[in-house]
Amino acid sequence: MLEIKNLHARISEGREILKGVDLTVKPGEVHAIMGPNGSGKSTLAGVLSGKPGYEVTEGQVLFQGRDLLAMAADERARDGVFLAFQYPVEIPGVNNMYFLRAALNAVRKQRGESDMDAGQFLKAVRAKLKLLEIGEDLLQRGVNVGFSGGEKKRNEIFQMAMLEPKLAILDETDSGLDIDALQMVSRGINALRGPKRAIVMITHYQRLLNYVVPDRVHVLSGGRIAKSGGKELALELEQTGYGAYGDAA
Amino acid sequence: MTDTAAAHNLAPLREGYKYGFVSDIESESAPPGLNDDTIRFISAKKQEPQWLLDWRLQAFHQWQKMDSPHWAKLRIAPIDYQAATYYSAPKRQNTPKSLDEVDPELLKTYEKLGIPLNERAALAGVAVDAVFDSVSVATTFKKTLGELGIIFCSFGEAVREHPDLVRKYLGSVVPQGDNFFAALNSAVFSDGSFAYIPAGVRCPMELSTYFRINAAKSGQFERTLLVADKGAYVSYLEGCTAPQRDENQLHAAVVELVALEGAEIKYSTVQNWYPGDAEGKGGIYNFVTKRGACRGARAKISWTQVETGSAITWKYPSCILEGDDSVGEFYSVAITNNFQQADTGTKMIHLGRNTRSTIISKGISAGKGQNTYRGLVRIQPKAANARNYTQCDSLLIGDKCGAHTVPYIAARNPTARVEHEATTSKISDEQMFYCQQRGLSKEDALSLIVNGFCKEVLKELPMEFAVEAQKLLAVSLEGSVG
Ligand SMILES: Nc1ncnc2c1ncn2[C@@H]1O[C@H](COP(=O)(O)OP(=O)(O)OP(=O)(O)O)[C@@H](O)[C@H]1O
Ligand SMILES: [Mg+2]
Repeated sequence: MLEIKNLHARISEGREILKGVDLTVKPGEVHAIMGPNGSGKSTLAGVLSGKPGYEVTEGQVLFQGRDLLAMAADERARDGVFLAFQYPVEIPGVNNMYFLRAALNAVRKQRGESDMDAGQFLKAVRAKLKLLEIGEDLLQRGVNVGFSGGEKKRNEIFQMAMLEPKLAILDETDSGLDIDALQMVSRGINALRGPKRAIVMITHYQRLLNYVVPDRVHVLSGGRIAKSGGKELALELEQTGYGAYGDAA
Repeated sequence: MTDTAAAHNLAPLREGYKYGFVSDIESESAPPGLNDDTIRFISAKKQEPQWLLDWRLQAFHQWQKMDSPHWAKLRIAPIDYQAATYYSAPKRQNTPKSLDEVDPELLKTYEKLGIPLNERAALAGVAVDAVFDSVSVATTFKKTLGELGIIFCSFGEAVREHPDLVRKYLGSVVPQGDNFFAALNSAVFSDGSFAYIPAGVRCPMELSTYFRINAAKSGQFERTLLVADKGAYVSYLEGCTAPQRDENQLHAAVVELVALEGAEIKYSTVQNWYPGDAEGKGGIYNFVTKRGACRGARAKISWTQVETGSAITWKYPSCILEGDDSVGEFYSVAITNNFQQADTGTKMIHLGRNTRSTIISKGISAGKGQNTYRGLVRIQPKAANARNYTQCDSLLIGDKCGAHTVPYIAARNPTARVEHEATTSKISDEQMFYCQQRGLSKEDALSLIVNGFCKEVLKELPMEFAVEAQKLLAVSLEGSVG
């Protein structure tokens, strides 16, 4: 599904952040990426999703065998790459539901499916809202405008649930959630799990991994994957911290 | 306008200005130049009564003493008024009695523009008056309207058939010598639309005028006069396009609205004159005077405009709130891209007690476009308890464009309450990326964000117009994001 080989990237006109990342994620797998603040986790997510402002200097990324880095950001999204933002963006005046429908129809078109009409769309929306226990009023507001931190995160997972991506990258979606919200979000993630999908979760807390049990856990430090292991690695990190993995950046 | 209804309208439009074609229609023009004889020529061509010729000449003599205004924040190349042609009409001049008599070339032109003049094919519920260059060529649904006593016809016809009404109201809101361009229009206007809604009648369909400049080197000077008698209601739409030409063309129109006691007029414009090319060559100079008078208690006038075209836009649709409890509204979206300039806004003149006005202005600048909001809120001493709310938002796309806000407030009554809010924002890279990450193309993302920004104004437009306006916004901003 996703093959990252010796990926080097820097901030445009700035310093190198990723210094040779190797990572392979197979269909059906859930991977967790942990690591100290500033180690480059969001940078990796940004490079994978095509966020402007980064420059790849070396390496390769294959997504379903295709050269991911050669694709435009919107193309990647339509092909099934989804990023749940660490800091979701506000778009005033654009109704949340309207936004979602435009996005869904763009993705469906790529999949060769027809546009959803208003009725079908509403039905699908209701089902997912129930799963995530999101109030319908949130849908009628501007995209993320005035949402609380937790509401923004839940909205990201709601969008993910609707768009049904093949590869979901979740950047600290669990940060700032209360216990109930954490469970709902976990439910949303688990519902997406399936043999044809892959999930990469960036997190600081082992807590999330109790609800969404990962197949692999990686430590990103010094711009590289410093260590990989099973779900027990997260527990170990909780005890020892990142000290053993050298310089943070 | 609901969001879901427009959801399918995000289709990217990358076709550029698609109304830039020229129709091959024989026309009859006045010789270039402007003097008393030109005006006599126009008046004679239109077989006008003496009083109207005198009115025109009076306007012309005032204009000769006037100077083109300099206060707007616009760079305007000097205009040679003697080089322009002031009258151009499709040759088959005899006013057609029915659509069957209209030149088929003309009907084709309007079809190409998406304005079928054939009544059966016409959008249900919209009566159209089409003004080609300077002359009204067809008015649809006349009969249906006539049964309600509604008069909707070309200005020329109104002068012939309803001289008393025209004489009573012409110039009563925008006097001949009001300003340089209004004076010029009053002297040389060639046609336009006229509508009268009798007392207590609610006009059952949208009335619409579609303006088209075709001839080269000609200006368009049309005049619109709308009168809503006591308790009447009318919604009026105005659309405009012009061919793509390298030289600038002048459009100096005058619109006068009169709403008597309890009447309501809703006037919507989607202005899509040719804006000039990406290098700033060509385009229409759109110098327009629009003003409405609420001439009775509880009258209401509402202006909604979406200004996407023209090289230069200079217009300030205004309301004179004479009647007690009368209401004035101004909703505006103005876009400038490439080298376009817009200096637009409104004047709300509060004369009566408890008069209320609302101004919502959205300016969008891209490329090297310059956008100025200029507004005046004047509360006169007798206007006790007058209220105004003004909101001016500017959106910048890129860093070579400009947005300017010039609000004047003159409150001469201590009970007045005037609120003004202004914001300037930029479309952020984060917003663009967020949309793209959800699968939207750059063009769709931009159009989505811009439409969100303009939402409060777009929702004031009648449905079909709103859809059209959304598409136009997308086309106007083509090429403004890398
Ligand atoms: N646009 C930028 N300009 C300059 N430096 C940047 C930029 N974006 C990221 N950085 C730097 O790159 C490094 C990696 O940042 P990144 O956001 O990827 O870290 P992270 O691992 O996601 O951290 P956290 O756990 O705090 O979210 C940091 O030192 C950050 O300051
Ligand atoms: Mg981060």
